[in-house]
Amino acid sequence: MKREGWGTCLVWGCFILLPFIAQAMGSMYIVTLATRIAILAMVALSLDLLVGWSGLVSFGHAAYFGLGGYVVAISSFHEQDGTTLFGFAGSHEALIVWPLAILVSAIFASVIGVLSLRTRGVYFIMITLAFAQMLYYFFVALKIYGGDDGLALPARNVIAGYKITDARLYYFLCLGLLACVWWGLGRVVHARFGYVLRGAKISERRMKALGFDVNLYHLTAFVISGALAGLGGALWVNLDRFVAPDMLSWTRSGNFLVMIILGGSGTLLGPVVGAALYIILETKLAALSDYWQIVFGPLVIAVALFLPRGLWAYVRERLS
Amino acid sequence: MILVVEQILNGAQFGLTLFLLAAGLTLIFGIMGVVHLAHGSLYMLGAYAGAMVMTMTSSFLLAILAALSFSFILGLAIEYLMMRRLCARDHLVHVLATFGLVLFFNGLVAFGVGRAPVFMNGPQELNGFVLIMQDLPYPLYRLVVMGVGLVVALLLWWMMAHTRLGMLIRAGSLQREMVAALGVNIDQLFLIVFALGALLAGLAGVMIGPIRSVQIGMGEQVLILTFVVIVVGGIGSIRGAFIGALLVGMSDTLGRAFAPSLLKLWLSHSQADAMGSALSSILVYVVMAIVLIVRPRGLCPIEE
Repeated sequence: MKREGWGTCLVWGCFILLPFIAQAMGSMYIVTLATRIAILAMVALSLDLLVGWSGLVSFGHAAYFGLGGYVVAISSFHEQDGTTLFGFAGSHEALIVWPLAILVSAIFASVIGVLSLRTRGVYFIMITLAFAQMLYYFFVALKIYGGDDGLALPARNVIAGYKITDARLYYFLCLGLLACVWWGLGRVVHARFGYVLRGAKISERRMKALGFDVNLYHLTAFVISGALAGLGGALWVNLDRFVAPDMLSWTRSGNFLVMIILGGSGTLLGPVVGAALYIILETKLAALSDYWQIVFGPLVIAVALFLPRGLWAYVRERLS
Repeated sequence: MILVVEQILNGAQFGLTLFLLAAGLTLIFGIMGVVHLAHGSLYMLGAYAGAMVMTMTSSFLLAILAALSFSFILGLAIEYLMMRRLCARDHLVHVLATFGLVLFFNGLVAFGVGRAPVFMNGPQELNGFVLIMQDLPYPLYRLVVMGVGLVVALLLWWMMAHTRLGMLIRAGSLQREMVAALGVNIDQLFLIVFALGALLAGLAGVMIGPIRSVQIGMGEQVLILTFVVIVVGGIGSIRGAFIGALLVGMSDTLGRAFAPSLLKLWLSHSQADAMGSALSSILVYVVMAIVLIVRPRGLCPIEE
């Protein structure tokens, strides 16, 4: 517990000090990069509720991430266009659009969850992937909203009428939301709910025999996880001011899984460390060479082979 | 009518190519229990090896040989160096490691050959057309591809049903520990199965090379469809892979060909086009979702 606290302080310290260091170095690019990390860390954390804590490997998490993004972009599109969708005139008010993104992702997650949770193991991996692919091709075919080319956001969402133009302000907003998600998930996994999930990961049959409706717990975890990924997607689209079906692609789902495993699944710090590591490595290597994958691929394999429980778990063990 | 027959043939050809990939992957999944995302990379590398040998020697036979031996050796190496250590681990670790492998191979091809698609000539002798029905000439090469798929299916069926290796594979997919306890060298069995799967993936790659362009990312596209096939068919079952591959190949091809025109019966022209293209790309996944919801272990599950 003590080591955990030490790592937590370090990570959050880095996150908070970063914009000031970036300012001293005169590079605003670092702030954008850190914003990316904060958003992806949020999505990775939410996915880890399924993967790490419940043992349900979902290979379609990009679907909810992308749905959240599309809700934001489509709302702005209709606001700009003056047209309506299902009677909704569109909006670029974050206080309306972001909860809507969460809601839409949660609804999709509950439908997909009910159907997918009938299966386990490899079949579960595949069916979540199949649903994500369906949504991916749905948005590719949706020509009104750009289809394959994607859709640009005319402007970043406003919050209660206030425009966020400063990169650092947006960063701290994302960081604040990440902190909320982190704290909330921390409460969730250490509550009865989390213990039931963890118990079911080890033996579903025993938890059922104890009288827990495991399916309901799994479904709840699935919906929470999807909803938070939707929030992540909304933030992501606001950062890039652009959405494309690529946000729902299976490689992105794969990336989220890689982040979790890289850092260490079934911990709170692991996914955050993993997301940071992934983005930093990818950016650094891509800047070095066009063929960065030749180095990055074997690095990922090495982690899988030698640090199967992730970097953070390894560091924690070495320290204690 | 002619269009329907032609599209059915196209669907069968696509399905049989998918079968080549799915047969190997379903065995790897079923017996070793590893999630193998790099199967599509082996398909891509087989296609590249074939295309390069084809341009150098312009002999299709040599191209096939090169693709087969290259993917086979690669399969041996991957199993020996990596998969062997991962078998007993969690699915998550498999995803991570094979995802890394996909990145590595994509980078390697981009570095070695470049990112532009490579075009591969088909064999001169098979360039012609065959008159299947009146007014329906069909490319001979595509028929040959179908033939290869069917021959491989027959060979695999024979191997599974009538050889000692097939018996061990069937036994291994049900009771791995028991087979090992009976004194079978399970490591060797895994090595053979994995390399055989790689070989079939390479074969699929080199056969499809002259039909589609050879490029980075071709493996990932087809990999997902292959997953759909084996999940629909039931993991570990060759027969399931065959049925699943034809089902997926047909529904994908026929959906693309006819969904827009069918929808035009009810919808306006532009709406039907938009809906049709969405529907046809989604169709395969709808089929899979329905199969999994009705029969969570696939159409031909291996009995426990």
